[in-house]
Amino acid sequence: MYQDIILDHYRKPHNRAGELEGTDAKVHHSNPLCGDEMDLRIRVVDDHLDAVVFDGDGCSISQASASAMTQAVTGRELDDVLDLSENFRMMMHGDDPERLDDLEDGIAFQGVAKFPVRVKCALLGWMAVKDAIETYRGGDAAHAVTHE
Amino acid sequence: MSATTTRTATALGAARRVDFPTLSRTVHGRRLVYLDSGASSQTPQVVMDTMDDYYSRFRSNVHRGVYQLAEEATDLFERGRSRMATFIDTPVEGLVFTKNSTEAMNLVAWSWVRTRLGPDDALLTTRMEHHANFVPYLHAQQDRGFDLRTIPLTPDGRLDHDVARELLADGKVTFLALVHVSNVLGTINDVAALAEMARDANPDCRVLVDGSQAVPQMPVSVRDLGVDFYAATGHKMCGPTGVGMLAARPELLEEMPPFLTGGEMILDVTLDGFTTNEVPHKFEAGTPMIAEVGGLGTAVDYLTDLGMDRVRAHEHELVGELIDALLSVEGVTVHGPMDPDLRGGAVSFELAGVHPHDVGAMLDQHGVAIRVGHHCAKPLMRELGVNATARASLGLYNDRDDLGPLVEGLERARTFFAR
Repeated sequence: MYQDIILDHYRKPHNRAGELEGTDAKVHHSNPLCGDEMDLRIRVVDDHLDAVVFDGDGCSISQASASAMTQAVTGRELDDVLDLSENFRMMMHGDDPERLDDLEDGIAFQGVAKFPVRVKCALLGWMAVKDAIETYRGGDAAHAVTHE
Repeated sequence: MSATTTRTATALGAARRVDFPTLSRTVHGRRLVYLDSGASSQTPQVVMDTMDDYYSRFRSNVHRGVYQLAEEATDLFERGRSRMATFIDTPVEGLVFTKNSTEAMNLVAWSWVRTRLGPDDALLTTRMEHHANFVPYLHAQQDRGFDLRTIPLTPDGRLDHDVARELLADGKVTFLALVHVSNVLGTINDVAALAEMARDANPDCRVLVDGSQAVPQMPVSVRDLGVDFYAATGHKMCGPTGVGMLAARPELLEEMPPFLTGGEMILDVTLDGFTTNEVPHKFEAGTPMIAEVGGLGTAVDYLTDLGMDRVRAHEHELVGELIDALLSVEGVTVHGPMDPDLRGGAVSFELAGVHPHDVGAMLDQHGVAIRVGHHCAKPLMRELGVNATARASLGLYNDRDDLGPLVEGLERARTFFAR
């Protein structure tokens, strides 16, 4: 489960910050059963995800997956991010990912699918960015979600 | 406790692993070190043999059968009841079998708390309860409107008796629900003293104790504790899953309306009414868990032969060493009382900078099974100011040789996840 790529993201997370200049939407996601908590902020330019940052507490899988996610989605069109997020979600439920290359380091989390308890940890960041885009498109600036 | 003299030479700890088939297996190439008996104990072969015997020799339903097999099945079932009642020193006619201790506490919440408590009453419980001994009262409170009060903790994880006395002072507390031994902190509560304190404040106060963690690790006399209801569960005391119990004062069971209704719990049914069966059968609707109660009876025999005073002495000695072993790892903090006299064999801890899920996953790679998370005690987690903890808990088959792999796994987690 703990591959080097995952550990690298855990030890040196990318795009981890509590602030983002020009934030368009901020979401808070939590897995109360694990105690994972995450704030995620996005900035949108021309229907593209110009920037995404996350902050919070959680296990190595949740933190590392969010870090890998930010690298894979930054700069993409919003619809493309939603599609990639769905691709990652299906991978965590056992499907072979169609967009192997686009998931970048996210692919390292395929092995986590074998640990059902940890799947929602790996999904936390990806579900948060999807929700942030939907929140932005709904005209809201903030949203909070508690995962079952 | 007369049976304790029969096998006093039997060693506890590693010497008993031969009785438990699961403990001979390996996990990830390592010897299994099972430190999660607080969640569920292992099962000795003799218990499985009893259940196999029922399924292969006299499989049939209990009570009312007029043939040989049914009589044997009924004997097995009622033997389980009498063994269990003797084991925790409670009247056999007050011992109701449920599917677990959660159901036992729900039985009391529905048939006592919801029928007796109203807006003029208060229910007192504690901030170290398992959800099973807390949520049923939150739920009942929504319908019945009584005041729900909670006893806070001292800094070392014990119940604050001074505040408890204040919470009882107005005499409105008519029900006290508390845990005997905490599943998170390991704290052994002075149940007899708190029950007496509650009755001094209001002689009509009834007391329920959640004994899920206590019965597997120490001698328990419900009679000596002086409480009205005592809940426990089979799967934590070397018995099968699917069987728990409520030990109640029989006269209270007589007064209470039934909980679940249907077959077995009735004496007579007409088109416009029914009369209930005698206690405890009044609270056992439908075909019960026959094999499981039979297996539980054998688990009681097994524990009685070892002697619960010896089980307690073994875990008392080992828990001190467990705490020392945990604290030998840099960055580990331990919750709850440090004095083994005040605690049972469950020890919650944290490893600085490493999430409990990662601690648990790393220990698994070393063959060590512990529990991580909120342990079904979220109010207590908030009280401790944490989201989750790691918890190692002892059984009679644990020994010193289990502590090495635990420390080794924790050292590995500490260096592996260092940032």
